[in-house]
Amino acid sequence: MVEEVLSIYPEKAQKLRAKHLAVKDEGCSCAIKSNIKCIPGLMTARGCAYAGAKGVVWGPIRDMIHISHGPIGCGYYSWGMRRNLTQGVVGVETFSPMMFSSDFSESNIVYGGDKKLAQVMKEVKELFPTVQGISICSECPVGLIGDDIESVAKKANKELELPIVPVRCEGFRGISQSLGHHIANDAVRDHLLGKRERPGEVGPYDISLIGDYNIGGDAWASKKILEEMGLNVKNVWTGDGTTEGMMAAHQVKLNLIHCYRSMNYICRHMEETWGIPWMEFNFFGPTKIAESIRKIAAMFDETIQNKGEEVIAKYQPMMQKVIDTYRPRLEGKKVMLYVGGLRPRHTIGAYEDLGMEVVGTGYEFAHKDDYDRTFPEMTNETLIYDDITEYELDEFVKRIRPDLVGSGIKEKYVFEKMGVPFRQMHSWDYSGPYHGYDGFPIFARDMDMAVNSPTRSLTKAPWNKEKEVR
Amino acid sequence: MDTQAVLDWMATEEYKEKNFAREALVINAPRTCQPYGAMLCALGIEGCLPFLHGSQGCAAYFRSALTRHVREPVPMVSDSMTEDAAVFGGQANLIEGLKNAYTTYKPSIIAMFSSCMAEVIGDDMKSFIINARTQGAIPEDFPIAYANTPSFVGSHITGYDNMLKGLLNSLADTRNGKWTNGRLYVVPGFDLYAGNLREYKRMIKAMGIYMTMLPDPTEVLDSPNTGEYKMYQPGTSMGELADALNASGFLFLQKYATMASQKFVKNVQKITSEAVTMPIGVQNTDAFLMTLQQMTGKAIPAELEAERGRAVDAAIDAHQYIHGKRFALYGDPDLLIGLVGFLLEMGTMPVHILCGNGSEAFRKEMEGLLAASPFGSEGKVYVGKDLWHMRSLLLTDPVDMLIGDTHGKQIAKDANVPLARIGYFMTDRVHLHRQPIIGYQGTINLITMLANMFIDEYDRNCPSERFEMLR
Repeated sequence: MVEEVLSIYPEKAQKLRAKHLAVKDEGCSCAIKSNIKCIPGLMTARGCAYAGAKGVVWGPIRDMIHISHGPIGCGYYSWGMRRNLTQGVVGVETFSPMMFSSDFSESNIVYGGDKKLAQVMKEVKELFPTVQGISICSECPVGLIGDDIESVAKKANKELELPIVPVRCEGFRGISQSLGHHIANDAVRDHLLGKRERPGEVGPYDISLIGDYNIGGDAWASKKILEEMGLNVKNVWTGDGTTEGMMAAHQVKLNLIHCYRSMNYICRHMEETWGIPWMEFNFFGPTKIAESIRKIAAMFDETIQNKGEEVIAKYQPMMQKVIDTYRPRLEGKKVMLYVGGLRPRHTIGAYEDLGMEVVGTGYEFAHKDDYDRTFPEMTNETLIYDDITEYELDEFVKRIRPDLVGSGIKEKYVFEKMGVPFRQMHSWDYSGPYHGYDGFPIFARDMDMAVNSPTRSLTKAPWNKEKEVR
Repeated sequence: MDTQAVLDWMATEEYKEKNFAREALVINAPRTCQPYGAMLCALGIEGCLPFLHGSQGCAAYFRSALTRHVREPVPMVSDSMTEDAAVFGGQANLIEGLKNAYTTYKPSIIAMFSSCMAEVIGDDMKSFIINARTQGAIPEDFPIAYANTPSFVGSHITGYDNMLKGLLNSLADTRNGKWTNGRLYVVPGFDLYAGNLREYKRMIKAMGIYMTMLPDPTEVLDSPNTGEYKMYQPGTSMGELADALNASGFLFLQKYATMASQKFVKNVQKITSEAVTMPIGVQNTDAFLMTLQQMTGKAIPAELEAERGRAVDAAIDAHQYIHGKRFALYGDPDLLIGLVGFLLEMGTMPVHILCGNGSEAFRKEMEGLLAASPFGSEGKVYVGKDLWHMRSLLLTDPVDMLIGDTHGKQIAKDANVPLARIGYFMTDRVHLHRQPIIGYQGTINLITMLANMFIDEYDRNCPSERFEMLR
């Protein structure tokens, strides 16, 4: 099947793409190419470094103003399009739902944009006196014309008495949003982390929740479980995040990381610098949640371990009820996923809790270590794809005919038109949360709604149906 | 300062002045960049694959933005330029990209436009395309149009215009003397309402006019669900595009979104052409139909006159719910000119009119429009401003309703006014783009929407003794 699908490409593209596709079999050695350039002219779902840095990591820090530095478009398209919810009054305590741009004109390209940037930051502080910091997220032209945003930031930092963070996330850097995550992590490390101390001792149960961007309230659902276990979540990175929380983030006993891809860099740095251990966990679906609770509790003493068991016991009946309701309607249904970050592997357990089977999965911008983590989660004969082109995904779905596809907004309507049920798995299709015990009932309801909606049976006109029968 | 103190201060004249004194910072922009408009234009040609020469991130953003508005698939490729292209130029990407796109997606034409990256490094698309042909990446005669669409110049409407001119320049056969193909070419402009495009065609056909919409993204913006995905939707055919310069005339339905194309058609190609105000409201629709009549000699049929009568009836029936109400509105220049005409004829007061991408010519036209009506006396025009400016206006000089797109929802909430969603980026409501806001039918839709919104507001907020069955 794979060869047949690829046969349409020119020879060179065929060879290149073949390395990114695999079917898992016994003893599979995870041989799949990833984290390399997209092939020009083939429709990719990937974004850019700016999207990874501003859109994913920095954008959700609510009390900072994130300037899209360059032409107007990037700020416009990344405005409100990731559903990282924040608390607080907009324009005073949270700026995440707004967009800020230095709006480059032709003269800024010719003469440089540094002066304008300095002015932009001055105006930010004047108009928003409660702002806690500023990030400068560079768009393509900034790097190309050689602007020195670092020195502008340094100067403004003194004048405005605010943390000012230059982020060199020009869209052409790297091959996807992935490098943007790394660049954003480095900027957190260099400009925020360790710059402030919280009063008082670091408690034995103080932790950070890392790599949860609070899509549709996910971080709040995750935090709830951790706090019920008796842990003190001092800081969430970066969903509903605060500048102060980020600056004092080194004062915890453990870093818990959900989205490994976007934030492992900073975890490693904190381990090396402050000796803070970190561990990955998965809060999708009751099986994985219980596993994760036990794994997390094992890092602490008996108090937490007992409380962890209590949490599992408390929610078990509710989760069973969800499963009893939906499993009969979803049992044996086949799912294909194509998402980013952690979801192509982390959501598998939640589908399995509902009796569904993931028959294909893949990442937009994963690295080898993501696939190392993915292969063990998969059953044999699962199709695994890296940076799959939209053409390949369409063809695989046509041939496999899964009962549900979970992917992004750009893919959604292609499969809707094909008559294949679909859920948007970057943004939870404007629903959510999907994390934690709060999320699973919503996840189950949404998957059932997608697979079993009677609207799907309207596609063929009855007169055409009759013709087929004859 | 505590939160409430900041909020109170932000609602003052003092803050407004500070806000309007801004020179560099843009907050909540009501406009976006050129390639987005170029993409829309390209999608209106049948079998056409939009091709962005630049970074793939832009393509992802444009596709996401349009697909969120219309809830339809949006195909488009880029040549995925990265660091090495930034250093060595994007020719290698462009040639390989053309080869792969041509082979894989089998388009009948490719429309290429540039991102800011390609423009900053100074890539020459024209010669790159020639080189792609000589190297055999695509056949010698495969049609490719191109346009330069730097993101730091103009806005999405400029990009639409540039791509349209690019299509005509690259792919239309030269004009054949005085001979015409007898068809009126109708250019909708940057319009994401599939309902509008269908309505234009219906009205023009009702007049018995042979027409071609160029470009025609109607089906891309609203395609049927058949259980089968088709990458290319019907649109302006290659043949019709090739024959464009033999048109009997060109009618532009948005003036400001087609400036360069108008000039090209009128002055360079010497084709009879007219540009009308977007036909929103009864009078603008009258003018639109009379322009058609004038250009083609065809009479306005009884069918459309009856529709006009129904729109007038709707206006009179509903005027009491709208008359004298104060409005703030923002959007693209053509949309605003059309809407303000409609608001004035309904006896409402457009107060704050904000256009992020308007020109001085736009300002003059809008001010003239306001001056010609007693209901325009309070109207002020703000060109090049953004939605944070609008927030100050709403808080210091309140209105009854804000008209704009989804991006206005936050400031409408802050100012505690209802937001009538009219415009080009509606990601939080379904199917508004399927309903026309132009023509007599669109006018009825607008009147219905606005009047009922006011009635809903009243019902939701009125004291219980005023909660009547009659409204």
